[in-house]
Amino acid sequence: MKIRYSRIVEFFGFMSLRVCMVVVGMILVVIFYDIITKGIGIVSWEFLTQPPADGMTKGGIFPAIVGTFFVTIITALLSVPLGMGCAIYLNEYARDNGLTRFIRMSIRNLSGVPSIVYGLFGVSLFVEMLHFGTSILAAGCTLGLMTLPLTITASEEALKTVPRSYREGALALGATKWQSIWSNVLPYAVPGMLTGTILGLSRAAGETAPILFTGAAFFLPDIPNSILSQFMALPYHLYIMSTQHHNITLVRPIAYGTALVLVVMIFAMNLAAVILRYHLRKKGISHGH
Amino acid sequence: MPSLDCKKLLSGKFISRRNKEKLIESFFLINGVIVIVILAGIFILLVKNALPAFKEVNFAHFFTAPIWNPDAYEQPTYGILPMLASSLMVTLGSLVVAVPLGVGTAAYLSDVASPRVREIAKPAVEVLAGIPSVVVGFLGIVLLGPVLARLTGTYGGLTALNGSVLLAVMALPTIISLSEDALSAVPRSYEEASLALGASRWQTVIKVKIPAAASGILAACMLGMGRAIGETMTVLMATGNSAEFPRGFLGSVKTMTSTIAIELGEVAYYTTHFHMLFAVGLLLFLITFVINLVSDIVFHKHTQVQG
Amino acid sequence: MATKIRMKAENVNFYYGAHHVLKGINLEIRNNAVTAIIGPSGCGKSTFIRLLNRMHEIVPNARLEGRILLDGKDVVGSDVDAVDLRKRVGMVFQKPNPFPKSIFENIAYGLQINGVRNKALIEERVVDSLKKAALWGEIKGRLHDSALRLSGGQQQRLCIARCLAIEPEVILFDEPCASLDPISTKKIEDLILELEKDYTIVIVTHNMQQAARVSDYTGFFLMGELIEFDQTEIIFKAPRDKRTEDYITGRFG
Repeated sequence: MKIRYSRIVEFFGFMSLRVCMVVVGMILVVIFYDIITKGIGIVSWEFLTQPPADGMTKGGIFPAIVGTFFVTIITALLSVPLGMGCAIYLNEYARDNGLTRFIRMSIRNLSGVPSIVYGLFGVSLFVEMLHFGTSILAAGCTLGLMTLPLTITASEEALKTVPRSYREGALALGATKWQSIWSNVLPYAVPGMLTGTILGLSRAAGETAPILFTGAAFFLPDIPNSILSQFMALPYHLYIMSTQHHNITLVRPIAYGTALVLVVMIFAMNLAAVILRYHLRKKGISHGH
Repeated sequence: MPSLDCKKLLSGKFISRRNKEKLIESFFLINGVIVIVILAGIFILLVKNALPAFKEVNFAHFFTAPIWNPDAYEQPTYGILPMLASSLMVTLGSLVVAVPLGVGTAAYLSDVASPRVREIAKPAVEVLAGIPSVVVGFLGIVLLGPVLARLTGTYGGLTALNGSVLLAVMALPTIISLSEDALSAVPRSYEEASLALGASRWQTVIKVKIPAAASGILAACMLGMGRAIGETMTVLMATGNSAEFPRGFLGSVKTMTSTIAIELGEVAYYTTHFHMLFAVGLLLFLITFVINLVSDIVFHKHTQVQG
Repeated sequence: MATKIRMKAENVNFYYGAHHVLKGINLEIRNNAVTAIIGPSGCGKSTFIRLLNRMHEIVPNARLEGRILLDGKDVVGSDVDAVDLRKRVGMVFQKPNPFPKSIFENIAYGLQINGVRNKALIEERVVDSLKKAALWGEIKGRLHDSALRLSGGQQQRLCIARCLAIEPEVILFDEPCASLDPISTKKIEDLILELEKDYTIVIVTHNMQQAARVSDYTGFFLMGELIEFDQTEIIFKAPRDKRTEDYITGRFG
């Protein structure tokens, strides 16, 4: 009887784990099903290329798409070079000492700082102290700092995949340290760095809290003409259309459409990163030692 | 070879080359140190902007007053308790959902799933992590809210419960992937030893693997908690934002993050209210800092045991 | 047999952190000869050879005491550049480590980082090095194929060619045949005997027959100490130390 009993426990035990997985899968399916089925109807060429019209009850989301695009570029310009530089320091130069441990601890803590706190930081540093005002530049910088931990981690991972022997081989031939990094490490690491970076940027493109007070605008009739202008952004637009609009039920389809475009955009960026990674692996840049 | 000046050990070139290398290294060192500067900068600017608030408001008042009412006609009150309680409530609520679900899924992925299922499920978890919080919040309004309203008889369904469930969705990917890492890192020999002693696979998972990975799983859950307590858009959109002291999971709450998100947009800069919002931000920063630090310590204990 | 001394280790002590890896090593490396370093794994022989071109410096927490001399001059001092030293003292590693570039680019790499821009000169040197490394016959016409497609033995000879291209004076071999089959090993050994005429060679090996076949001098390392150093014949036929004899005759290790 005892064996029987433990068999039953085992059966239900593993069943409950399976149920957990199914629930998580269902959450994902429901999210995508709801957004796609209710959002697809409104997404059209006009929706993607027209500005909002009639008090944001009609028209499209073109300015929000463009705004998100611009901000993401600023984010990349700040976070990619800085993140790569930091990763190069950590992986190639840093010794195992107190400073390095402190840097690593700072990175882990930065990645845990709430996005709204980055927003506060952005307001006081970029908007006020540096006089960027509420602008694409201020919001992009705020998001750039927020994505920095991700960029660093991804870049370091990429550097780690380059075998030690590439560095040693170059050094033994009389290369200086920088020559070995520049000519024999970075060429093999940069593609991986970019893959990870794109993933980080996709995260930034979907963020709302850090841009609430640093530059996102409720409604702008025109495309921003400088990095010091305010901008509309997809995630902020979704927030507005689902909570702040004067007639929320009327604009619900627009909100769904915006959500769909946002999710598809982020998904496309992720997909691009995965395809890039796959392509590079196929090209034979695998360092399988 | 005239072009290869390798017969000389000591050359003038050496000095300049070494300086150049030093310069390059310093450049990257600065890059590395910037991270520390940013973290310190966040802290300093929060403090700098929060301190003026306490010129007018008593420090004790901030932590003990049960009401947050900056717009009061006569005497504004700035008590953090209602929103602190709200934040803790939705966070703990989310953990009640996310921890069993997340650890269960992680155990499934590491010990039950076939390699093929794993290959599909792992990217799926990543996709879940990639969904922006504003989209999750939106679905809280249009999808989960009405369902909860019908089930619980509340109007609109924008409650602490709604926020908790959404936060659980946001915290799940962190908990799943880090717990799975911890479970996979348990040496195979433990598992084999247990099975060889006649334990069933289930007993092995429950009595050997999960305890062995416990500190890693704990660290994962703490990071998930840090993520949940700092999450803004989902709770802002889904919990109704009533400033009253929270009364229960079926009531509306206004968390620390929501308060900042709503009120910073309306407040005049450099007023007491403005500085107060930075004080809230500072407290939030400190809470997540401590959570991360503790989970870091827990996690390092875990890797030391593994090593 | 007695040629002039090219390199010399004087009272070398080496530490990784608190770990005392090499203890009071004194050893002379003679010109145009092959010096073999043998000993059981973990005895510090690979560590020792890496000191000779300062490759130990890329490992953190490493500390070196004593002097390493090349042509009578200390090469470890802070006024000597490791980069210059490594151009004179080349190294071939345990595992073939071609870069994921073409055969041509692999060899040209060392020249390019040393500032050689002249294309004709580079091409001449590439061909020349491949010939010296006894690889030319097998791969001519395939110069622009990926080096990763070569067999293990060919890869190792490519690494030797890469090293030869920058015209070193001393070549260090760190167990160069450890991952190769017997036929490839034979080719590398023949090559080493050929190179001996023009270069000073140090080879670390765990294979005693190999040491006996290729070397003129042999040093036996045990637990971080140099137990015995002499002409190879003497080491193998009439070792003075009991421990050397035990190792040679296979009684341990």
